[in-house]
Amino acid sequence: MLRPETEEQLAEMVRGANGPLAVRGGGTRHLPGAGEPLTTSAMTGITLYEPGALTLVARAGTPMVEIETALAAQNQRLPFEPMDHRALLGAEGQPTIGGAVAMNVSGPRRVQAGACRDSLIGVGFVDGTGAIVKNGGRVMKNVTGYDLVKLLAGARGTLGVLTEVSLKVLPAAATQATLVLEGLSVENAVRAMAAGLGSPFEVTGAAHDPAARETRLRIEGLAGSVDYRAGRLAEVLAPFGAARRLDADASEAVWREVRDAGAMAGQGDVWRVHVRASHAPQVVARAQAEAALLDWGGGLVWLRLPEGTDLRARLDGIPGHATRVRGQGPGATPPEAPALAALTDGIRAKFDPRGLFGAA
Amino acid sequence: MEMPKPDPFVLDRKAELVSRLLTVLPEDAVISDVEETRAYECDALTAYRCPPLAVVLPRSTEEVSKVLAICHEMRVPVVPRGSGTSLAGGALPTADSVILGVARLTEVLETDYADRIIRVQTGRTNLSVTGAVEADGFFYAPDPSSQLACAIAGNIAMNSGGAHCLKYGVTTNNLLGVTLVQMDGTVVEIGGAHMDAGGLDLLGVICGSEGQLGVVTEATLRILPKPEGARPVLIGFDSLEVAGACVADIIKAGVLPVAIEFMDRIIIRIVEDYAKAGYPECEALLIVEVEGSEDEIEEQLGLIEEIARRHEPVALRRSESEDESAKIWLGRKSAFGATGRISDYMCLDGTIPVSELPRVLGGIERLSKEYGLAVGNVFHAGDGNMHPLIMYDANTPGQLETCEKLGAEILKLCVEVGGCLTGEHGVGIEKRDLMDHQFAPEDMEAQMRVKDVFDPKWLLNPAKVFPLAVTAGRRAG
Repeated sequence: MLRPETEEQLAEMVRGANGPLAVRGGGTRHLPGAGEPLTTSAMTGITLYEPGALTLVARAGTPMVEIETALAAQNQRLPFEPMDHRALLGAEGQPTIGGAVAMNVSGPRRVQAGACRDSLIGVGFVDGTGAIVKNGGRVMKNVTGYDLVKLLAGARGTLGVLTEVSLKVLPAAATQATLVLEGLSVENAVRAMAAGLGSPFEVTGAAHDPAARETRLRIEGLAGSVDYRAGRLAEVLAPFGAARRLDADASEAVWREVRDAGAMAGQGDVWRVHVRASHAPQVVARAQAEAALLDWGGGLVWLRLPEGTDLRARLDGIPGHATRVRGQGPGATPPEAPALAALTDGIRAKFDPRGLFGAA
Repeated sequence: MEMPKPDPFVLDRKAELVSRLLTVLPEDAVISDVEETRAYECDALTAYRCPPLAVVLPRSTEEVSKVLAICHEMRVPVVPRGSGTSLAGGALPTADSVILGVARLTEVLETDYADRIIRVQTGRTNLSVTGAVEADGFFYAPDPSSQLACAIAGNIAMNSGGAHCLKYGVTTNNLLGVTLVQMDGTVVEIGGAHMDAGGLDLLGVICGSEGQLGVVTEATLRILPKPEGARPVLIGFDSLEVAGACVADIIKAGVLPVAIEFMDRIIIRIVEDYAKAGYPECEALLIVEVEGSEDEIEEQLGLIEEIARRHEPVALRRSESEDESAKIWLGRKSAFGATGRISDYMCLDGTIPVSELPRVLGGIERLSKEYGLAVGNVFHAGDGNMHPLIMYDANTPGQLETCEKLGAEILKLCVEVGGCLTGEHGVGIEKRDLMDHQFAPEDMEAQMRVKDVFDPKWLLNPAKVFPLAVTAGRRAG
């Protein structure tokens, strides 16, 4: 097991590698890939945290829990609400910030505060040639040179091994509340969520659980403001039924469950489908899944299907993409149109000419 | 500012190039007359000018593709141009280049309020994107000061920001998909109306690539419901340091305003003379804006004012009406224009960690005295995006050079304290030769490899972003 402590050591190991490397953070998100194991577990620690500048810099192997604890002590949080994959994947160990970035892991608040890639303002990484590369920095507005930060976020480790990440953080909300509508069809749930997200009342989560027949919309902020907006949002949602209100604790619990895709528990392959929100009902209808969960107002559809199901064939023609998160079915990552594939293959070949990091 | 020598082989083939362009474009879409091409000799960085070989103004993605294929085959450099409002020289031509202007691509292609997206052709101006949806209660969030004129194409090329990005983010955070035409004419669809990439996030690297990876002809943008209301408060201080400390305290307190703008005494005077916004006289003025219903605004402003009072402000005044708010913002957004009425100026946009504000403002003051040129400061304080305006006289021999030297020193200071050369204007030609102060050779190499993939012959806007010496081998290829 390779276990670099510095980026120089890591660069040395990459240059000296004779074959593929299986790079791991906490190993809780089950990235595919075979080869000599290389762990970032010795590259840890928050290297800079300035609450007054809403900026945090950490080495890639830093456990998420360490970052979340440090932020909570200053009443701040990661805007993108990253999910914990452990329950879904039956994994053990400590998720790391590097893993979250490599997978662009973004939870329910993505719909309002952006994805992990939107909060990521700087990266350090070692590419497949063993070069140590920095991009972005520690300031939240930066257009100096190309934005490789976004390119690395979600690259699933195929362009290099992350060593350090800089993140924009946000104040934690003083409180939250959730409005729950019951008994809606998927079509009406998507309409209700669109009405909420299209209102000025700043919905920070919009999910629909077809099994529970519950449609949930979250509001966060100062106490007076949450009360006011919950009231106004209930008026917006009135055409879809009378909304039940969950206060802070119950609301938090519900969104942890949505974040971690609790509705996907059970046997079978689990897929994440990214589509235009208004296409979600069509996705659910065509997928014939054993379980479904809509997040991001329908922009993200979680599906559980019998092992080996070719979901992409069922969804053919619906714009967007489907990624298999769990199971052994067809290719985990979505295929791309030829012109697009030519570009992404070209970039992978430039950053990893020896194919050390595998195409996940 | 050095630019590459025009390729005599290309110059010699102008007639052939023009006649080939006319086979794929109508006559009124090709400008080759030397006098007429002068209208495109510079952008808003007017200190540098050079008429291009020709200008094309296509009306469709298909026409863009055909033009690029011809230029690719003839090895003619192409400089994409939105509305020409770049402050960094992003659209500055060379004598052997074709300017590809998107000004005629202005259609709205689709608007969908349920999915909160709009798809537009990229020659459409920033403000007219909001204009297309505001009657229905929506808006497009990035709001550069030039929003009345600047095109979405340029916003994407430079990853433009604006005053309200503390809350809403910059262009890259509001861009969902593009139609991109590569230099060889290949048309690629990237992203769409859904969120996030399934594979590599190419959209993320295209946004902010200064027209060097391809020409973006269509874009899907995120639109947002308009807040119920918004109100700014003016907070004046008798010291820059105290104003800086107040900014950090507001952010730490957990209320996140949509905007925190900062002006120093020089700019307050210039803007007040021009816009009569009613700004108080003081050393440093903050405009802090919050959004929401009346009660929500009250709740947030109460907290902010309480924090401000701890720093003993010399002025603290809420806007009392929409009219007053509009005046306050008009003043802020006309700061560059108002400065331009009284002096030539160069506008920098280095970004720094907010905690370094006092040190950098002090450094700018010292450098300003050392170089003998006045510098005004007006900027987005919440995210540390500085805008020092260096005033000079273009007619006094040597002053432009002195101004550029002073500018370079200020930007180096920004990098030194942990910031960057440019927060929202882009590198263009203006900051090109400072790139090695921020990046190691390996860092730039990694960026240039992306261009190698999109544009292997380095024909698209080739003389920008990276120092000429660094790109020489690639451009010759």
